[in-house]
Amino acid sequence: MKKLLLIVTSIVMVTGVAFSVQADPAQDLRTFQNYYKKKFPNVKFDDFGNGIYALNKRLRDEWEITMEFPPFGLTLEDGERLFNKPFKNGKTYASCFKNGGRNIAQNYPYFDVKRGMVKTIELEINECRKRNGEKKLKYKKGPIVAISAYIHSMAEGKRTNVKVPNNPAALAAYNKGKEFFYARRGQLNFSCAHCHGATSGMMIGGNVLSPALGQTSHFPAYRSKWGAVGTIHRRYTGCNKQVRAKPFKGQSKEYRNLQYFHTYMSNGIPLNAPGTRF
Amino acid sequence: MKKTLTILSTFLATSLVSMMLVTTSVNAAGLSDTAKKGRDLAFNRKKGNCLACHAIVGGVRPAGNIGPPLIAMKHRFPDKAKLRVQIWDSTVSNPETSMPPFGRHEVLSEKEIDQVVEFIHSL
Ligand code: HEC
Ligand code: HEC
Repeated sequence: MKKLLLIVTSIVMVTGVAFSVQADPAQDLRTFQNYYKKKFPNVKFDDFGNGIYALNKRLRDEWEITMEFPPFGLTLEDGERLFNKPFKNGKTYASCFKNGGRNIAQNYPYFDVKRGMVKTIELEINECRKRNGEKKLKYKKGPIVAISAYIHSMAEGKRTNVKVPNNPAALAAYNKGKEFFYARRGQLNFSCAHCHGATSGMMIGGNVLSPALGQTSHFPAYRSKWGAVGTIHRRYTGCNKQVRAKPFKGQSKEYRNLQYFHTYMSNGIPLNAPGTRF
Repeated sequence: MKKTLTILSTFLATSLVSMMLVTTSVNAAGLSDTAKKGRDLAFNRKKGNCLACHAIVGGVRPAGNIGPPLIAMKHRFPDKAKLRVQIWDSTVSNPETSMPPFGRHEVLSEKEIDQVVEFIHSL
């Protein structure tokens, strides 16, 4: 009973964060991270990037065996090849990204003040193609995932460093993402915070629920369920569908804003993409 | 219900008190048809999927532990109507709950809820 009461108060606490009227990302970040640090006192901060494997020894042992021959290996090789393959005009993706794409993924997604929108690596891959006279790629699956995985891998170990500039449009995007995270949706009436906040660490059926802190550090990630590497928007799609909510399109404004808030909340967690999950 | 009563009277003494006592043991041995339908709904992943969060005796899959194990339900919910409310709209007792509002969001029909209530109350 005591445990039950604890669960209930923590839900209130987490959802309470959602509706503070004044937008204060830095304050939100402290509250959010302290919540998980208290909830999982035995998990080292950096290890949150390993999701459920930071919580469960048996699962972690199995996972470490998988990682000896990581199932994303071929995709990553593809990504490197595609990244370096010149467009018809002779240029490569490196020309579109700061520092040639090296050590930049930790700063994504970012708010592009000029364009008034949240930019992700996948979005900029397609913008780069367009600028160089190439056709756009499909989101969520396929070559774009490989290229993005490679760019992310070039920032391995860099700490997540997303910024919310003091700009009304940036704050609005951040708040939209935050609302998404805490809003109940779907016939089953869950918010992201329900499963990955108060009940994280618990079992839903046979599955451990991962804490939201650290969830963004290893995407694009390989999932055995997909048999492929996929973007975080593909994962959002799955989490929306399982509560019978209508998912949004890859790179939709809704998912980019969600990713902005979600990744900002993981500031400080080292990048470890691509990851592997079941 | 009629069938349950017939079974009961076949096995049991006729005094009301012993009849109530025996209801429990009959349930343990075999559920009423309504409760059996309720059990199927409760275990069905596409319907109640209660096992996702609650341990239930006889559960057919690994159970979750987000909600409390559903045991001693007559003790916890002497009033069946209150149990129905909990299942129909769990946010009544706890606005922040993670339990889906099975009736309010029409995850289950009214009839299905009655069947689930019958099963859960037997636990
Ligand atoms: C009904 C429960 C439920 C809801 C609601 C839910 N998820 Fe999930 N989510 C899961 C489960 C189960 C997994 C797989 C186990 C794990 O890693 O947590 C998962 C995995 C994830 C992962 C991958 C974690 C990793 O380490 O790779 C991300 C990211 C994620 N969810 C984000 C979200 C977001 C954002 C929302 C809201 C839009 C959401 N989830 C809503 C149940 C849920
Ligand atoms: C995703 C999680 C989840 C699912 C699915 C779920 N529950 Fe619950 N349930 C809970 C939680 C959490 C509680 C604790 C009280 C609260 O938060 O409302 C609870 C409480 C209850 C209670 C009250 C127990 C008590 O002693 O107070 C009953 C009865 C109950 N659930 C029945 C069911 C039935 C029947 C189903 C399926 C038709 C079901 N639940 C599905 C999470 C769930």
